[in-house]
Amino acid sequence: MESIQTMLHMGGYGGYIWPAYGISVVVLLLVLLASLAAARKNEAELDVLQQARRGRRNGNSSESQE
Amino acid sequence: MTRKQRRLYFVLLGMLALGGAVALVLTAISDSLVYFYSPTDIITQRIPEGRRMRVGGLVEEGSVAKDGKTVIFKVTDLSNTIPVAYAGILPDLFREGQGVVVEGRMEKGGQFQASEVLAKHDEKYMPKEVADALKKSGQWNDGKKN
Amino acid sequence: MHRFANPARFLRLAKVILPWSAAIALLSLAAGLYFALLGSPADYQQGESVRIMYVHVPAAWMGMFCYVAMAVFSAMALIWKHPLADLLAKATAPVGAAFTFLCLLTGSLWGKPMWGTWWAWDARLTSMLILLFLYLGYMALVNAFDDPERGHKAAAILALVGAVNIPVIKWSVDWWNTLHQPASVVKMGGPAIDASMLVPLLLMALGFKAYWVCILILRGRAEIAAQKIRVIRMAQIHAAAQAE
Repeated sequence: MESIQTMLHMGGYGGYIWPAYGISVVVLLLVLLASLAAARKNEAELDVLQQARRGRRNGNSSESQE
Repeated sequence: MTRKQRRLYFVLLGMLALGGAVALVLTAISDSLVYFYSPTDIITQRIPEGRRMRVGGLVEEGSVAKDGKTVIFKVTDLSNTIPVAYAGILPDLFREGQGVVVEGRMEKGGQFQASEVLAKHDEKYMPKEVADALKKSGQWNDGKKN
Repeated sequence: MHRFANPARFLRLAKVILPWSAAIALLSLAAGLYFALLGSPADYQQGESVRIMYVHVPAAWMGMFCYVAMAVFSAMALIWKHPLADLLAKATAPVGAAFTFLCLLTGSLWGKPMWGTWWAWDARLTSMLILLFLYLGYMALVNAFDDPERGHKAAAILALVGAVNIPVIKWSVDWWNTLHQPASVVKMGGPAIDASMLVPLLLMALGFKAYWVCILILRGRAEIAAQKIRVIRMAQIHAAAQAE
């Protein structure tokens, strides 16, 4: 318990050290999550488009065979 | 191929010209880019009294004295010294022999009245035990020049 | 199809590298945080506040490194028209901006107790602030055009022009009197920092670098997919126009 308090206190600089680390973690996590989301969203959209195109191409070819 | 080479030379020349221009400008305005003057600058350049400016140097050992709420100390660059008076909160790193930057005005009689005192620290980082051991073994070089 | 030849190679390579870079980032940041907050001593002058250095300095390095990477990618895009270079430059910008912002913020939180001020307009701090504005300007410019090609070109020129700021940041502390202290690690005659404090510093720096690789891969993938989507959409519009 006491060690946690000295941890938080940081020799009187806890009020500067913890925000520095806390905000850094938050900012880096936000950039990571935004990048992950962008990659997932764009790749999913691309998949849908490519499948639609493939589907249409197959459909066209079967139509022309009739 | 030649097109690519032309673009390469164009970019290289552009960067060179830009770098040269920036270097010239920075050299020209170099005086206003310094954050503070040294005591020697102040004394040799005869900067007028009453102008707001910053002076940087080391807090002279043994010069810090308290006069009521006012702290009096001397800032030195090891060749010249300027006496400083300041009433306010000192930063944690303010101590004798350490770097300091004071902002304020030169008053009549050569006393510098500071409205703000900033501590400047050097580039050395080490635990206390290591610093003590170095001092003890006489390998401490304080590199006091600023 | 050869337009996608290089991006395809990037995607294959990215698939191999991503798990490794993620693992290195996680491990070295975990170890770095342990040493930064617990396993390293207090400084003989600055006490515990020195712990801010372990985020501040690696963030500053990354802010500058990302800009150099961005400028190199931009030069490759302008000179050799490398199809990936524009996308990678664009992918690096937000990471660099984030690290530069964190460098300024942690520096402020460190400067208040040590120097006695949150901010000083000295050459080092000011040139670092300019770096942040260059990133923001780049990110605004690259998206400011309807035609992405033009946005890439304009932003690439800005990235190259702004690159002159990098040597100014690096040597500002040597060229002019500054409140900021000179370099501790990358300097002639070896680092002026004790080994016990160099360990967390370098671990954090490694972790940040691996983090950048991860983000570069993720954002590169997003940009490549976005470009392919644009190509398909254009083809659809074209086909529809011809069909009418």
